[in-house]
Amino acid sequence: MIDKPLVEDFATEWDHADPQWVADPYPIWEDLRERCPVAHTDRYGGGWFPATHAGVSAIAKDTENFTSRTVIIGNGRPTELDLPAPIGVAPPITSDPPFHSIARKLLLPAFAPGPINALEPVIRSLCVALLDGLDGDVVNVGMEYAKFIPPSVIRAMLGFPEEDIEKFIEFINIVLEGIDHPQEQRIEEFAPVEAYFTAQMEEHKANPRDDLTSYLLNVEIEGQKLQPEHVFGTMVLVLVAGIDTTWSAIGSSIWHLANHPDDLARLVNEPELMPVAIEEFLRYYAPVTMARLVKHDMDYLGCSMKEDDWILLGFPAANRDPNVFDDADKFIIDRAKNRHVAFGLGIHRCAGSNLARLELRVAIEEFIKRYSRFELADPSAVTWASGQIRGPRNLPIRILT
Amino acid sequence: MKVTIDPDICQGQGRCFSIAPGLFDFDELGNGVVIGDGTLDKQTIDLARLAQANCPEHAIFIEEEL
Repeated sequence: MIDKPLVEDFATEWDHADPQWVADPYPIWEDLRERCPVAHTDRYGGGWFPATHAGVSAIAKDTENFTSRTVIIGNGRPTELDLPAPIGVAPPITSDPPFHSIARKLLLPAFAPGPINALEPVIRSLCVALLDGLDGDVVNVGMEYAKFIPPSVIRAMLGFPEEDIEKFIEFINIVLEGIDHPQEQRIEEFAPVEAYFTAQMEEHKANPRDDLTSYLLNVEIEGQKLQPEHVFGTMVLVLVAGIDTTWSAIGSSIWHLANHPDDLARLVNEPELMPVAIEEFLRYYAPVTMARLVKHDMDYLGCSMKEDDWILLGFPAANRDPNVFDDADKFIIDRAKNRHVAFGLGIHRCAGSNLARLELRVAIEEFIKRYSRFELADPSAVTWASGQIRGPRNLPIRILT
Repeated sequence: MKVTIDPDICQGQGRCFSIAPGLFDFDELGNGVVIGDGTLDKQTIDLARLAQANCPEHAIFIEEEL
């Protein structure tokens, strides 16, 4: 990242790690929607960024021409780190049909509304305990509150030791934020993650219990238990996909409320607005972009795509497309019609969306119940995650009385 | 009038049963399902249309019965 020149024209050399994109991508996407609407880059070995809802939707649903073998853009193409398609390294997110639906169907029941809604009291207690631990007039919502909610929930679901939360967060940084590191360095960085998960799998084999890890170790496809690589990959997926994503969504939502006292007051006074407000937070601040690889040379959406070109699916950009949303660039807290795609579209719809929504709702409810008035303590101190997940990290909030 | 969900299009986005829990439920995988035979009346038609307008996958269909 340090050695790369700043992007001058995002239409021809887009880069999601460029400081301008990291700081504020929305004007860039608006410009691309008007000019391109599919932007190209030679960076990362070549790739495309559709900036419209139509472009994102077409590619997200097209598993004939695009593969999910790798969903995080890096400098190299998938190598020995990856299992071959269709299983991929982290099923089902890295799986293609027909294997995808097998891997997904065995994971979905654990994340369906029934079992997830049962977690609400646990999540609420956790939020209350975190809020109890905050003190002073200024609290760092990103690093002291939002950051700890998703890991604690995922840790409990996987049945990993409670004291490993900081380790979890380190793993996530390794996997998602080291996107510019050379492949060999990435393999080296990944070693402790692999060692930790392998040890947990062994421990769960010896002592099976009622958690997701034991479920994955024991569940069967046509009478066969999953391959160890499949169990490992899905555990990595749950850890990685379930944490900084929701951390980002919680942080962005509270950042918004700190900047918009009118919206904060409405939410405090009209708690029945919460379900629609949550969807608008998700639309407006959708944290996740996902990658695909082009399967073969082809002309697609007017672009001359080559095999193994990257596609960056900008769900957050699709959510601001004025062809699909009225007043797309405005945050409307009681927006009634909101067909947003924050959780993706098609067969790879975020498997954890029910959990993410629940955590987001409870985290905001408890925060505004505790603090009904607050503002940014220092706007210039707010930092945003780089990479494919966007959300505030350092987020100092001043509590007003 | 009748509301249906196309199970081949539904991906379990979860909007319908949140917006209109009286009309929609979810199955074991979290995909949306219509409660009963999906017949709508004056009280439920607007809610069904709202759910339809919020489905990112365009999986909800409302048919006028002749």
